[in-house]
Amino acid sequence: MTQTILTVDDSRTMRDMLKMALAEAGFNVLQAVDGVDGLEVLQTAMPDVIVTDINMPKMDGFGLIEAVRKDNRYRKVPILVLTTESDAAKKMRAKEAGATGWIVKPFEPTKLIAAIRRVAA
Amino acid sequence: MAAIRQTFFQECEEQLSEMELGLLAMDEGNADSETVNAVFRAVHSIKGGAGAFKLTELVQFAHTFETALDHVRSGKLTPTPEMMKIMLRAADVLSDLVEASRDGREINEASYEGVATDVKALTMVDGVEEVEEAIDFQPTVIDFGLPDVSVEAVSEPDKSHEYRISFTPRPELYANANETTLILRELNRLGVMEASCDTSGVPRLEEIDPNGAYFSWSLRLASAEELPAIREVFEFVEGEAELSIETDGQPEVSDADIAALLAQALGNTASTETTETQETTELRPPEPAPIEHAAPVRAGSTEPAAVPQPANDVIKQETKVAAAAPAQTTIRVEFDRVDRLINLVGELVINQAMLSQRVIEANFAGSSSVVIGLEELEQLTREIQESVMAIRAQPVKPLFQRMSRIVREVADATGKEVRLKTEGEATEVDKTVVERLAEPLTHMIRNAVDHGIETPEERLAAGKPAEGVVRLTAAHRSGRIIIEISDDGAGINRQKVLASAIKKGLIPPDTQLSDNDIDNLLFLPGFSTAATVSNISGRGVGMDVVKRSIQALGGRISISSRPGQGSTFSMSLPLTLAVLDGMAVSVAGQTLVVPLTAIVETLKPKKADVHGLGAEGRVMSIRETFVPLIDVGTQLGFRETATQPENSVAILVETDGGARNALLVDSIQDQRQVVIKSLETNYGTVAGIAAATILGDGRVALILDVDALVTRSFEDSLSSELRYGTGG
Repeated sequence: MTQTILTVDDSRTMRDMLKMALAEAGFNVLQAVDGVDGLEVLQTAMPDVIVTDINMPKMDGFGLIEAVRKDNRYRKVPILVLTTESDAAKKMRAKEAGATGWIVKPFEPTKLIAAIRRVAA
Repeated sequence: MAAIRQTFFQECEEQLSEMELGLLAMDEGNADSETVNAVFRAVHSIKGGAGAFKLTELVQFAHTFETALDHVRSGKLTPTPEMMKIMLRAADVLSDLVEASRDGREINEASYEGVATDVKALTMVDGVEEVEEAIDFQPTVIDFGLPDVSVEAVSEPDKSHEYRISFTPRPELYANANETTLILRELNRLGVMEASCDTSGVPRLEEIDPNGAYFSWSLRLASAEELPAIREVFEFVEGEAELSIETDGQPEVSDADIAALLAQALGNTASTETTETQETTELRPPEPAPIEHAAPVRAGSTEPAAVPQPANDVIKQETKVAAAAPAQTTIRVEFDRVDRLINLVGELVINQAMLSQRVIEANFAGSSSVVIGLEELEQLTREIQESVMAIRAQPVKPLFQRMSRIVREVADATGKEVRLKTEGEATEVDKTVVERLAEPLTHMIRNAVDHGIETPEERLAAGKPAEGVVRLTAAHRSGRIIIEISDDGAGINRQKVLASAIKKGLIPPDTQLSDNDIDNLLFLPGFSTAATVSNISGRGVGMDVVKRSIQALGGRISISSRPGQGSTFSMSLPLTLAVLDGMAVSVAGQTLVVPLTAIVETLKPKKADVHGLGAEGRVMSIRETFVPLIDVGTQLGFRETATQPENSVAILVETDGGARNALLVDSIQDQRQVVIKSLETNYGTVAGIAAATILGDGRVALILDVDALVTRSFEDSLSSELRYGTGG
């Protein structure tokens, strides 16, 4: 069955790149522009994995992860955070918020897909 | 990929403008944390995208800039005016780098090295750069690509390593949606694995916490992969489980070792605390169960059962916020498509006008359904037209933002202190108008700072604050956009202007001019007031060029100045270039359209008002002054002989430099809005004609180019006088 990935990023460039890489690998892609928008999308969709940026307006990645983890419906949805740098402190904060794993930007499509496959049931 | 690259640069532009806006707010001292965050995010996003396209210089500089912004964001740095100056320069460099990257130009690092050093200095503590995380251009250490399962490795187990892994998940692992099953599945792909689960940690049923973690795993893996590849499988769950890996009987690296390394690498209190917490809450791993009972792992749930919790409506609450502020309300459309639509709507307007004409000719009763229906159609057509025009409309904000940079640059170069204040940035105008305004506006802003604002010393001596203000405003007024540039400088030095104009032979020495006339001399071709030609405004582009470009857009420019108080340049421009307000006139059975912007007034000339001048020239007296009279019919070759003025109508028009001329036409039909059709595209250039339009009756009408017509008439009379001179 086709798996659905929700990508949350305020950068159009990054959204486009994610979409291209994911669609090519056969995933169904949903997009949101920030945390608030991401939660809105989740109202009507149950993605298999959420890939989210950290720095975003309105609600950042940490806020999104916390909100998702608090909701029983999405408690078990794996969340991968996109970090620009291999910033250990940021990863740790993401982990504390409830992130499943991370992807380092700029990502290579194969690595992105591998990370998703690793956390997706 | 090219499309994404294009998106990236488009997005960069938006982010640069967001950044600039935020920085200006910070500069004015009224920036809240959200503004600082937005600036940070903009630079951060540019860096992120640039990394993907391997734009190294851009990434480097963005990183430096971002670090400084992060310091401001975290409160380590408090913005001062000097610091903001550096930040604004850094913003300029960043936008230069983006532009250079977009155009694939070489970037001379020396050109911005100084700014980079200044920005770096902001984050230095006692001359030492604070250690920031290194920039990763490439995904380096973290390589979680699945190593290919090598057939060779499996068939030649002698090349394999044997790993003994002890793995005890903690509840956090499950809370963060990681799964033991998936980790085992992943390991299983790397070689031949045997796994056994120790369930001795499972408490009695009534004591089971649904969010608890009670299993412990002992794994034996024969794999050709090296240790890092095995470790990598556990990458996401480090710190969420206890893990030890023994390679070929060699001592393992324990979790505690890793935690210690991690704490050392991070070197900050927050993470150390985390590590400590982990240590205190650590569960002792139960002794691994004997391997003999192991069985190859197959997918199967090993997670604790998820027990439903009371319904939680966090997400519902958040959606209310989302509804209040829709996240994405724009779509991207190719410019060509919009233009095609505009053209089609133009055709629709013409078609509708033709239909109306037919209905009028058919003499339908005013109350007939045809007439009523047609009126509705007319209304709808107009609304469609306005809506389509609105698609092309853009706020002047990005244009205005660019000007703040010009002000900074010129102020720096001239040693002046100048602040740009903008108003009405949200005012919208046709995209083409915005684009074509950039150059004249830049020139005028340069002038305002270079010639308008005085030096700080002069200002203080005149009792003004040392810092001058250039004000740039935009507003809609009666279907046009009004843009004003004003400065609080010394105003126009009229004596100097007059003297200069006389010296350059632009006006006769004994000319008597009003203050307003003198101010308007600035617009004369070949005029330059700068006492010393500076390398800023004195670039050979005078105000005459500015005026011409404004007029080419169907606009007008005027000037007002008060000595000691400053000058104001005011421009009035049409909102769109696709339609034109014109006056339809008849000349020799032809319908022509005169742009309304050029018309001052219309007159019915008396025979006595018209006087001959030279061989063929005529002038007309209007309230004590004489203006050249141009017979449009003969000028455009519609007829051989000039018409009698008393049977015609004179339209007083104003041209370049404010010169007035009277156009003689047979009669005025009405005022109307016409859709502009390019003559160059469909036919060719005709002197004196700007464009064409299609009338309601289907005929083509020419739109007059008043300036060109006047110039042509002047040249004709000059040559005929020469003929007259040689012949006599």
